[in-house]
Amino acid sequence: MLDDFFIRALIAGVGVAIVTGPLGCFVIWRRLSYFGDTLSHSALLGVTLAYSMEFNIAFSVFIISSLIALTLIQLQKRTNLPGDALLGLLAHSSLAVGLVVIGFLSFIRFDIMGLLFGDILAVTVDDLLIIWIGGALILLVLKLIWKPLFASTVNYELAEAEGLNPDRAKAIFTILMAAIIAISIKMVGLLLITGMLIIPAAMARNISSSPQKMVIYSIIGGLLSVILGLFSSLEFNTASGPSIIAASLFLFILSLLNIKQSIKLKN
Amino acid sequence: MRDNQNTLVKLNEAGFRVNNKWLVRGVSLQVEKGKIVTLIGPNGSGKSTTAKIALGIYKKIDGSVERSTDKIGYVPQKISIDWTLPLRVNDFMVLTESISNDLIDEALSLTGVIHLKDKNLGDLSGGEFQRVLLARAISKKPELLVLDEPVQGVDFTGEIALYELIKKISDELNCGILLISHDLHTVMSATDHVVCLNGHVCCSGSPMDVAKNNEYKALFGEQASQILSRYEHKHDHIHTSEGEIKKN
Repeated sequence: MLDDFFIRALIAGVGVAIVTGPLGCFVIWRRLSYFGDTLSHSALLGVTLAYSMEFNIAFSVFIISSLIALTLIQLQKRTNLPGDALLGLLAHSSLAVGLVVIGFLSFIRFDIMGLLFGDILAVTVDDLLIIWIGGALILLVLKLIWKPLFASTVNYELAEAEGLNPDRAKAIFTILMAAIIAISIKMVGLLLITGMLIIPAAMARNISSSPQKMVIYSIIGGLLSVILGLFSSLEFNTASGPSIIAASLFLFILSLLNIKQSIKLKN
Repeated sequence: MRDNQNTLVKLNEAGFRVNNKWLVRGVSLQVEKGKIVTLIGPNGSGKSTTAKIALGIYKKIDGSVERSTDKIGYVPQKISIDWTLPLRVNDFMVLTESISNDLIDEALSLTGVIHLKDKNLGDLSGGEFQRVLLARAISKKPELLVLDEPVQGVDFTGEIALYELIKKISDELNCGILLISHDLHTVMSATDHVVCLNGHVCCSGSPMDVAKNNEYKALFGEQASQILSRYEHKHDHIHTSEGEIKKN
């Protein structure tokens, strides 16, 4: 069964969606969508380094994205530049450096489109293992830091005062962001990973009344997006990433229609 | 001050500065089990800063702070909650610690907002939210409560009831309370120890001692020393950069 590329893609997509669901909620709550963009842009550099050193792609992307995240935190402390300028600086410079490195690697044939927008044909059994084992680890760690992370998202000082160590939770969450980008890069491509994180979560926000519900709806939305997206990708021969994101946009629009009803129910 | 095993938090000559400007300095105080210590002082005198030093929110401080408990309930003065979060009162109650449904109901009943349990936090009025904040802080039966103007925005009768509740909690749970309040009337009637701040400790002691203190009179005006009189702040002196007090 795993011989079929489409089945492999589905299994990979389901694994990714289960993890991006809860992480995406935090990306929205903590306003980190541009942070996610920066990390995923830097992933290109990770991919090129993986190729040049014949290293595992997911692992290499994880290392580079984590380094970029740590650099960002240091720059925020040491310069007077605003956060968005620093994000842009790191996103575009790491993307540029990645593309320059590709230029030097002329002996390797790159599928740039696959890299930027995802390629379901490229998902191997090894990738499945990375996605599911890596995904399970991400969820486990997220569960462990949930309380301090969530409390400090609501109010930093309350969490700090009542002994929850929010700084540590934030640092760990940053690493989790790098990890989810590393494992989902083949499915959605590095330009669209942030979309996979925020669009199902945004859809969930429209229809949920509590944080737990938002996480659950976000996972369901991600799963539906993956299934819808992959089938249409097969049907219309489109790249897998854009198809999945387009499907999630479709769900988001549906959730907007639902808002009017839920307001009526409230009153 | 005596140092004993009942001490929950103790500040020794604590101070905090931002960009070389002192927000507060040289504060020594301690909160013991079952006691209410109240910080008073004009706006910008460092009351909230002192509370945040005691809580460990500010870490790069001068002097030292010793806490012997991590069961802490905190009601901050200002709280900005991001409404991108769908958060009900019920979710907010278990924010920092998972507590039983019974304890949640009990605390919300005590502060008179049990009927708001399933409401969205964003739909509450200022006074209602303040009651929820207080309920959250007391629900987990803390050993130390830090209340930064806990009744702001609460209606007049509610204010008195909540102060009585705070006094009752202090007695029943035998917890220590660090209270920041503008209401001198309440402060004087329910407090064990008063610390009068104005960038530094102006004076401290029992409410009666403080009321008689000249620095306190200088800071709050003659009227305020007559305990039952209405609180009226007259800032009749200025602080020089050397930390000295000059009469206007």
